[in-house]
Amino acid sequence: MVTTAAPVPNSAPAGGWRGLVADWSGDRQAFAVPWGKAMMWIFLISDTFVFGSFLTGYMTVRIATTEPWPNASEVFALTIGGQTLPLILIAIMTFVLITSSGTMAMAVNCAYRRDRVRCAALLAATALLGASFVAMQAFEWSKLIAEGVRPWGNPMGAAQFGASFFMITGFHGLHVSVGVIYLLSIAARVLAGCYEARGEDGGKYGNVEIAGLYWHFVDLVWVFIFALFYLW
Amino acid sequence: MSHASGQQHPIGLYLKVWGLLFMLSTMSYLVDFFHAQGLLRWGLIVTFMLMKAGLIVAVFMHLRWERRALVYAILLPPLCVLVLVALMVLEGDYVFVTRSAFFGAL
Repeated sequence: MVTTAAPVPNSAPAGGWRGLVADWSGDRQAFAVPWGKAMMWIFLISDTFVFGSFLTGYMTVRIATTEPWPNASEVFALTIGGQTLPLILIAIMTFVLITSSGTMAMAVNCAYRRDRVRCAALLAATALLGASFVAMQAFEWSKLIAEGVRPWGNPMGAAQFGASFFMITGFHGLHVSVGVIYLLSIAARVLAGCYEARGEDGGKYGNVEIAGLYWHFVDLVWVFIFALFYLW
Repeated sequence: MSHASGQQHPIGLYLKVWGLLFMLSTMSYLVDFFHAQGLLRWGLIVTFMLMKAGLIVAVFMHLRWERRALVYAILLPPLCVLVLVALMVLEGDYVFVTRSAFFGAL
């Protein structure tokens, strides 16, 4: 592990690229977690800033516009059986995503109990719920596009509505889609027994927990989008 | 569990949190359904949002069981976004006032 270039103690540390490598591989550990988990958290923090910037940008254009903002409650209403329900599709999507978070948490539990079949089944169920979420998103997008909503304007009100909507939900939907592929590949590896090797950290089943962190983050972002974009 | 140093918690706990998240989502949907307006609406929406976020991060993402060094490294940096939000509220208000003055929309 230690590749530091310090031939003589108390001599000046190596400079240049060797020094950079020596400093970063100094064999000091700040976080008592597997490296994969620390890396996933760092990625999620950077993703937090991406979504934080999107939502802040949405807030800014919504404050700054002099035209009325389209009423999300009406824009996203669906008529089911002759009755118009406000935001109903968004509510269903929210429940689907929360349910997928629940099955994901249970998959992590099964992984650490080395219950491979149940773990893979729960991961597949999570991916299936995620895929249905993306499908509903696609339905919602086509509906709005058919109604004339474009990134540069829409018939309901402020032109910035379309840009905010497509950017924020599109980027979130992309995350869900990537998550579905990620979960399916993890499920296949669990089923194949790739994580059975018993190293430190309870074998390699930490990989399921790390995938879980990503998936719960996707749910977490939706909580903010649901509150700030759809309900506000 | 004997050899697992990963995050291992009872399924019952996950189910309880799941139920709570369902309840909170239903309640925030009802805020819209019953057309709550003004301060009540924003207050309820933000409260439910933060409670849901807290439950997901603390239990599903296991943050309440992680060591403090990691918890603070994760939770403190995103707070910088709040500085950006504060700046953009001022900027947004300014642009709105400028547009109103020059384009006479108000």
